[in-house]
Amino acid sequence: MTIHQQPALDTSPEVSDEIRRTTCYMCACRCGINVHMKDGKVKYIEGNKDHPVNQGVLCAKGSAGIMQHYAPSRLRAPMKRVGERGEGKFEEISWDEALEIATGWLKPIREEAPEKLAFFTGRDQSQSFTGWWAQAYGTPNYAAHGGFCSVNMAAGGIYTMGGAFWEFGAPDWGNTKLFMIFGVAEDHDSNPIKIGLGKLKKRGAKVIGVNPIRSGYNAIADEWVGITPGTDGLFILAMIHELLKSGNVDIDYLIRYTNMPFLVNQDESSDEFGLFLRDADGKELVWDRVKNAPVAWDAKGVKPAMKGEYEVNGVKSTPAFMLLANRYLGEEYTPDAVAERCGIPADRIRKIAAELARVAFEEEIVLDRPWTDFRGEKHDKMIGRPVSFHSMRGISAHSNGFQTARALHILQILLGSVEVPGGFRFKPPYPKPVSAHPKPHFKVTPGKPLDGPHLGYPQGPEDLGLDENGKAIRIDKAFTWENPMSPHGLMHMVISNAHAGDPYKIDTLFMFMANMSWNSTMNTSQVMDMLRDKDENGEYVIPHIIYSDSYSSEMVAFADLILPDTTYLERHDCISLLDRPICEADAVADSIRWPVVEPDRDVQGFQTTLLQLGVKLGLPGMVNEDGSAKYKDYADYIQMHERRPGVGPLAGFRGKDGKGKGRGEPNPNQIQAYIDNGGFWIDHIPEDSAYYKPWNAGYQEWAVERGIFDSPQPYVFTVYQEIMQKFRLAAEGKGDIQPPEHLREQVRMAMDPLPIWYEPFEQSLVDNDEFPIHALTQRPMAMYHSWGTQNAWLRQIHGHNPLYVPTEVWEKHGFKDGDWARVTSHHGEITVPVALMEALNSKTIWTWNAIGKRKGAWALQNNAPETTKGFLLNHLIHELLPSKGDGMRWNNSDPVTGQAAWFDLRVKIERVDPPPNLQSEPTFAPQESPVGQGPANVEYGKEWT
Amino acid sequence: MTTLPQSTDKKLGLVIDLDTCVGCHACVISCKEWNTSNYGAPLSDVDAYGGNPVGTFLNRVHSFEVKQENKPAQVTHFPKSCLHCEDAPCVTVCPTGASYKRTEDGIVLVNESDCIGCGLCAWSCPYGAREMDALEGVMKKCTLCVDRIYNENIPERDRVPSCVRTCPAGARHFGDLGDPDSDVSKLVAERGGMDLMPEQGTKPVNKYLPPRPKADVEEIDVLAPFLQRQDEEAGGFLGWLDRTLEKL
Repeated sequence: MTIHQQPALDTSPEVSDEIRRTTCYMCACRCGINVHMKDGKVKYIEGNKDHPVNQGVLCAKGSAGIMQHYAPSRLRAPMKRVGERGEGKFEEISWDEALEIATGWLKPIREEAPEKLAFFTGRDQSQSFTGWWAQAYGTPNYAAHGGFCSVNMAAGGIYTMGGAFWEFGAPDWGNTKLFMIFGVAEDHDSNPIKIGLGKLKKRGAKVIGVNPIRSGYNAIADEWVGITPGTDGLFILAMIHELLKSGNVDIDYLIRYTNMPFLVNQDESSDEFGLFLRDADGKELVWDRVKNAPVAWDAKGVKPAMKGEYEVNGVKSTPAFMLLANRYLGEEYTPDAVAERCGIPADRIRKIAAELARVAFEEEIVLDRPWTDFRGEKHDKMIGRPVSFHSMRGISAHSNGFQTARALHILQILLGSVEVPGGFRFKPPYPKPVSAHPKPHFKVTPGKPLDGPHLGYPQGPEDLGLDENGKAIRIDKAFTWENPMSPHGLMHMVISNAHAGDPYKIDTLFMFMANMSWNSTMNTSQVMDMLRDKDENGEYVIPHIIYSDSYSSEMVAFADLILPDTTYLERHDCISLLDRPICEADAVADSIRWPVVEPDRDVQGFQTTLLQLGVKLGLPGMVNEDGSAKYKDYADYIQMHERRPGVGPLAGFRGKDGKGKGRGEPNPNQIQAYIDNGGFWIDHIPEDSAYYKPWNAGYQEWAVERGIFDSPQPYVFTVYQEIMQKFRLAAEGKGDIQPPEHLREQVRMAMDPLPIWYEPFEQSLVDNDEFPIHALTQRPMAMYHSWGTQNAWLRQIHGHNPLYVPTEVWEKHGFKDGDWARVTSHHGEITVPVALMEALNSKTIWTWNAIGKRKGAWALQNNAPETTKGFLLNHLIHELLPSKGDGMRWNNSDPVTGQAAWFDLRVKIERVDPPPNLQSEPTFAPQESPVGQGPANVEYGKEWT
Repeated sequence: MTTLPQSTDKKLGLVIDLDTCVGCHACVISCKEWNTSNYGAPLSDVDAYGGNPVGTFLNRVHSFEVKQENKPAQVTHFPKSCLHCEDAPCVTVCPTGASYKRTEDGIVLVNESDCIGCGLCAWSCPYGAREMDALEGVMKKCTLCVDRIYNENIPERDRVPSCVRTCPAGARHFGDLGDPDSDVSKLVAERGGMDLMPEQGTKPVNKYLPPRPKADVEEIDVLAPFLQRQDEEAGGFLGWLDRTLEKL
């Protein structure tokens, strides 16, 4: 027996030589990180406890940043293609040569036809910069990846209440008592949601998860609603039915803060049918129930009617609320009418609606904070309805997602729970009404900039991007009758449209951090063919492809010219208020990245590369009068650029003295001030301005002081969306700007000014007996929004992606462990391994997205499970809908916003013999790796142990 | 064979809340990241970019489905690391004295310089909480970040295990489970904290807080308080609207 003995132990070893504080970029969450440096290397990354986003915590991706930073798949130098597209054969070249090649392609087309450049950025956190570059270049063809991500959620929120979920808003975590999530697997707001759920759990607040798949957040939800995909809108409208019929809506809130009292023209023959009545000053009218007369909605002391029919100047009208109530009190929205379709028993719908009503109206919370509204009325308290909601791609990625997102926002507005204590709160620069956003711009002039920002919020048919012949101006056909309100563009249509020459041919496709030949595209197999397709002269149909990435991804193999980016620890960035900042509901905040490690390869930050290209092309704003560079690099731009006088990319430490908040002249020491402050800047909203922001005079003044607006922008929520009715009137033949005949019915149906539910398009076009199953994907928490599969640590957690099959389907087909299935859609088929999952909607199968990799990519070895059994569902999803026999190309997108309808997919499943070599199908020839393959083993940190 | 101390001054350990753990693996990677370059040999990854990547982890999250007849299945995420047992069989089985339990705080550690890599301890641990490092040939296990929790080179607020500091949902708690007045002991008392496999007689120090009962497995009561239609005789919905407006 060895007697107990303890060796001497040093319990206070030195951890690191220095801590450098910057911003994570392992996903879109933008947490503050402390990077511990030892001997010039990264030793340990932890969350920054002072940081507003993550308050010290860090997810698996963040901690795995070391493996990402030192990944063997990092590109090493600029490269030009020497083999055929798709092969991955490259030659490393100098930056001078790379920039010469790019300029040689881009300069002539700028002089002749700038639209022949299609510039689309993927995982871009510098859209205010990349958009500015594209605008200076003059092409109308610019967007980031929102169109295939979650534009329905963004646009649905902004068109309904001037703000959206994700990083632009959050539940009032400290006060909410009932939190309901729809279609959330993970989110941009990754760590904040986890922190928030932890707070709710600690308080014993209730969480309801609505999702066909019970994983992650839905696993810890106190109540799981395993809804059938694509039916969330019906479920929500049935709850609205219950709330209306029982009188559980907040009428006072609706009168004060929404357009529900506005009078709507009810004369069907009128060119303004369905639009609001307005006075001579253009102000919307309400019916004053005391004066019994029409008055402007914001008149002092107005007592608006909420029901009845009123004739104003001979025009029949009714308050918008009556249209809403009449619609949703209808029989088609009763729980019994929707239960079967939704896969939720009617009593459960009734029970949840009753719970929402009880918490909202019987558990109201009151904060002792006096405030003044924009009408000048003083309130001595803030009254909150502690019910809050959040949703994400499960609602968004359907062809009915925009209207479903609107329905959800309207549910929370009817409960009076937006921007109140305990409800959903906006984060600056939101709230911001549609009218305060730019409109989209399309005017192309050879050799000159575009006439304004590309992306914006159309306010009627006059804002569409159509030429004099009604043809799309943009290559992705954003802002056309196919999808009139598409503020994020349609990146998923760019390659397909460019290949088809529809609406026109392009010369150069320029992309950044978007794996568009693999997991980020629909119809992956055919898109690869499009990228390498040649015309009758042997020239590529898409003549030039420039791509920037940090890693050897699948898209690299298809580019002609590679402009290598750095890792996130080697670069400057700004997480800007002009873009998508890190604000909290109680504070305005932004942050930076800075090179905590210098690159050891011949690579540079993409934004610096763009500035250098801008100088070579002589783009306005990037060159001085003598043609020299205006900005040395991206860091110089971040500090010195002004978008408006006194307002630049970073809001903190402005002015020569570094004391300016939001406004102030450029400060050449601004980045150092951020570094000294932990990599971020934060300024808290005064307590009396922290709620009711759209209507709070205090908040509005504060926002102007901080440079968020140039004048106060109070507004009411657009529950009834008049802009949509304008498009609808056009579809009904009214007005000068008319949709083409084949789109009239779709526009009329989809642009309803009050939310509707319709069957997802693919579902309505395929035989549902032949394709009875819904097929979805999720990203795992440890990889969400991350280039993660090549990460040596994370791939040990999520290196496999079986197809998860629910019990009913499993038993029906006689599946057993280790079996394989053929899954077929209207478009294609895949053969893949299956696994049983019981906590799953009985008509749904799913898998983890973006685990499957092409052999040769990401410096993985050719037997890596990601490249053998790993697969993509993308092969089953076409960017076009099944043919309607009319010869038209109907895109597989939401008809309002153009959001890619990934989750409309319908399939059939069959048990099959395992394929040879246990290799998922389809298979693809390996691409050559320009960076070789990773080492056999890793022992990170051995030198310090 | 190695003896255990008669008693320890403290019983430091973890309390893991299974009602809150979302299964994000943050703790798994933060643990890996800290421990690969701190206490003892690195945590290697064999075939890191190949066909069968297998690395050493001191903490892993397993996910389980639980199904009751005719009720929705539940999913539980279950993080597992060394439970620093009071009667730790991994210590008593150690032929060299390399495995030991500290008298001051009860942490179970491996003195790697005495470890011969025989693997007996991993075999004796009923929880599978120890992993032999394939490249280093020594036994690795959770140290409760013994090189963090007393470390005077890091701020006091950070002197907790790396997994606890990083957990986004706040599902991991660290403290002295030997002190009935500590926050962790109170939490265990309040939430019915449980031993893992108590029948093994190992007296684990770490505790698990069980998931709270789920509402979706309950039958909906026939008397459930559904929302009632506004009384039709009082004008139904429109009558309610009139009365509400009058009150404003």
